[in-house]
Amino acid sequence: MLEITTTHYLALSFVLFTIGLIGIVSRRNMITVLMSIELVLNAVNLNFIAFSYQLGDLTGQIFSIFVITVAAGEAAVGLGILVAVFRLRGSTEIDRAQEMSG
Amino acid sequence: MSDWIWLVPVLPLLGALTNGVLLRGRVSNRGATAVALGSTALSLGVALVAIASYLGSEAYKAGEVFEKVVYAWIPAGTLQLSDGSFQNLSIEMGFRLDPLSCVMLFVVTFVGFLIHVYSVGYMAHDDGYQRYFAYLNLFMGAMLLLVLGNNFLVLFVGWEGVGLCSYLLIGFYFKETFPPYAGRKAFIVNRIGDFAFLVGLFALAERFGSLGFTEIFSAIEHDPSLVTGEYLLGMSFASFVALCLFIGATGKSAQIPLFVWLPDAMAGPTPVSALIHAATMVTAGVYMVVRSNALYQLAGGVSELVAIVGCATAIFAATIGLAQTDIKKVLAYSTVSQLGYMFLAAGVGAYSSAIFHLGTHAFFKALLFLGSGSVIHALGGEQDMRKMGGLRKHLPSTYKTFVIGAVAIAGIPPLAGFFSKDQILAGAWGSSRLLWFVGLVTAGLTACYMARLVYMTFYGEFRGTEEQRHHLHESPSSMTVPLWILAAGAVVTGLLGIPAFLGGGDWIGHFLAPVIAQVGTDHAHHAEVWLEWVLMGFAVVAAVLGILMARRTWGGDRGLEGGAAWAGRFPAVHRLLVGKYWVDEFYDRWVIKTLAALANGLRRFVDGYLIDGVFVHGTAFLTEMTGDLLRFTTTGNVRNYALYFLLGLLLMFWWML
Repeated sequence: MLEITTTHYLALSFVLFTIGLIGIVSRRNMITVLMSIELVLNAVNLNFIAFSYQLGDLTGQIFSIFVITVAAGEAAVGLGILVAVFRLRGSTEIDRAQEMSG
Repeated sequence: MSDWIWLVPVLPLLGALTNGVLLRGRVSNRGATAVALGSTALSLGVALVAIASYLGSEAYKAGEVFEKVVYAWIPAGTLQLSDGSFQNLSIEMGFRLDPLSCVMLFVVTFVGFLIHVYSVGYMAHDDGYQRYFAYLNLFMGAMLLLVLGNNFLVLFVGWEGVGLCSYLLIGFYFKETFPPYAGRKAFIVNRIGDFAFLVGLFALAERFGSLGFTEIFSAIEHDPSLVTGEYLLGMSFASFVALCLFIGATGKSAQIPLFVWLPDAMAGPTPVSALIHAATMVTAGVYMVVRSNALYQLAGGVSELVAIVGCATAIFAATIGLAQTDIKKVLAYSTVSQLGYMFLAAGVGAYSSAIFHLGTHAFFKALLFLGSGSVIHALGGEQDMRKMGGLRKHLPSTYKTFVIGAVAIAGIPPLAGFFSKDQILAGAWGSSRLLWFVGLVTAGLTACYMARLVYMTFYGEFRGTEEQRHHLHESPSSMTVPLWILAAGAVVTGLLGIPAFLGGGDWIGHFLAPVIAQVGTDHAHHAEVWLEWVLMGFAVVAAVLGILMARRTWGGDRGLEGGAAWAGRFPAVHRLLVGKYWVDEFYDRWVIKTLAALANGLRRFVDGYLIDGVFVHGTAFLTEMTGDLLRFTTTGNVRNYALYFLLGLLLMFWWML
């Protein structure tokens, strides 16, 4: 049977991170962008935990709990902005918000 | 009593402040007169008392100077000297009394006061009466600072102050075109000299860590090698500083090549010409050179230059004076010529003769100018001698005093000019036969143009208009009394310097002896008695010849014919002299035009293209262009920003790994 090593975790983390990045850059819907950010953060969490397990040091796991906490806050603020934007222009299209262009 | 010496310059300055600012336009002419004359008279009184108490003091008998420091004017802090040591440089507002400043102080306050009195009559009908006296008092204050200062910087403040007053008074009639131009010209030409003067002062401060006369000159006297070493451009320190100071003096005292402003300065009121541009201010350069004689004695080459420049200026200006027709212009060139004499004396080391001539010249030249002012006053502003003539019947006092002045300057014994000029010629003989000969010729020319002036103005038939003839009048007593006093001065001041072989004691020479530093070679040449008699004879013969020549040409009832005949015989020479050797035109063509073209080029290329174009507009253009390019990246689209972020991240990884 295939043994799951740290390398596998890292590969999964990399895939998740890349999917998240591509999502952030390419999707237009703000909700999807927020979800992609969550993906990126969780890819990082996975990394933390994998190394924590391998090194036998709990610091990484505690750190990932912090990240989850912050991510929750970030999601709340992000969704709040999203609601405000939706109320303002009746759409969650991220490309519509371009007032700050130079 | 000498402690009150600071009052001497301060009183006229207060007078200037009162008339010029505090009571400006609020008092009548009478009030302005009271302030101006009062302050000058008080200043004269304090000066006389201070001189008397100095001459009676133990310090004078011991050959010491009296110094009064009022306060530390510029406590400048530590200065690194040229030898690497450090010294605390502090410049004081201090005054100094020694025989030299006593002579200057007396001449300035005495002649200055007389000219104030004269001005009351001369300026009586002028609108700018109060302004005139404010300027005149300001001039007195500055001139007294100049002669009383105990260090070079106080001297320099006075030096610039008199330059300012000269500018203000030359341009006194500012509604006309020429006087303001002449004022600017005087100021700018003086600035050229002042620049060199300042360079000299900086060099002195760097070498001695002080600008005080006592400190510098006693240091030099103590150890002449301080200043004889190689300094700059192959010159010794003494030569360099002496040259810088002398360039300053050529500006202030109207010597070649910076003499061009003085003849134009005659655009000012005539008493101003007498006081500033004949008797006092223009002699500041001579005073300064004599004051710095310790430097000049050690300045190999520069003293010779001073003598040559003085001698050249003397004959140059005297020849121009022969052909001028404006009465004040003749006197102006005569002044330039006599100043040249003084520099000749200073250059050959006859410092006391230079100051002696300065003093006698102050009397007779002020007299001549005031006399010409009286003539001009009587003729309602006419200055052209071709339209004068026969005035001796109408202006008896002016005529008599003027002749005394003319004879004095011509060098006829026993009037003042004879003794001082004779001393200078004797000094020149001891130094160089050529200088003596040129000086002698100049003496003859001086006698000639002065006699010409007298003949053209006072003899023959009146050549002015009928209206002028009708108005001819002798000047009021406020003008004639100063004339008589100055005439008395022109007669007796020469007696101060009767040489030993005539039974006199050369009092002035002995009086000034403590001021002359004892360094280097002894310049004083003591000629044999028979030689002195011969030299004196030559001088008298030259003067008499000059007068006889003028008499043959312009004397009696000849009027203008004699002069016209000469002009017809030597048309080229006549044109050259009337055109004043075209020095002004030469400067205009070569110096001013060149400088203007240079300035214009600098303005167009350096200022226009480099500063404005590259630095100012270039920077603005660069910023604007960068901004224009970068604004395309700020799309406002969050996803673009995320992409930049990602790219930046990748770049960082690439760089780190």
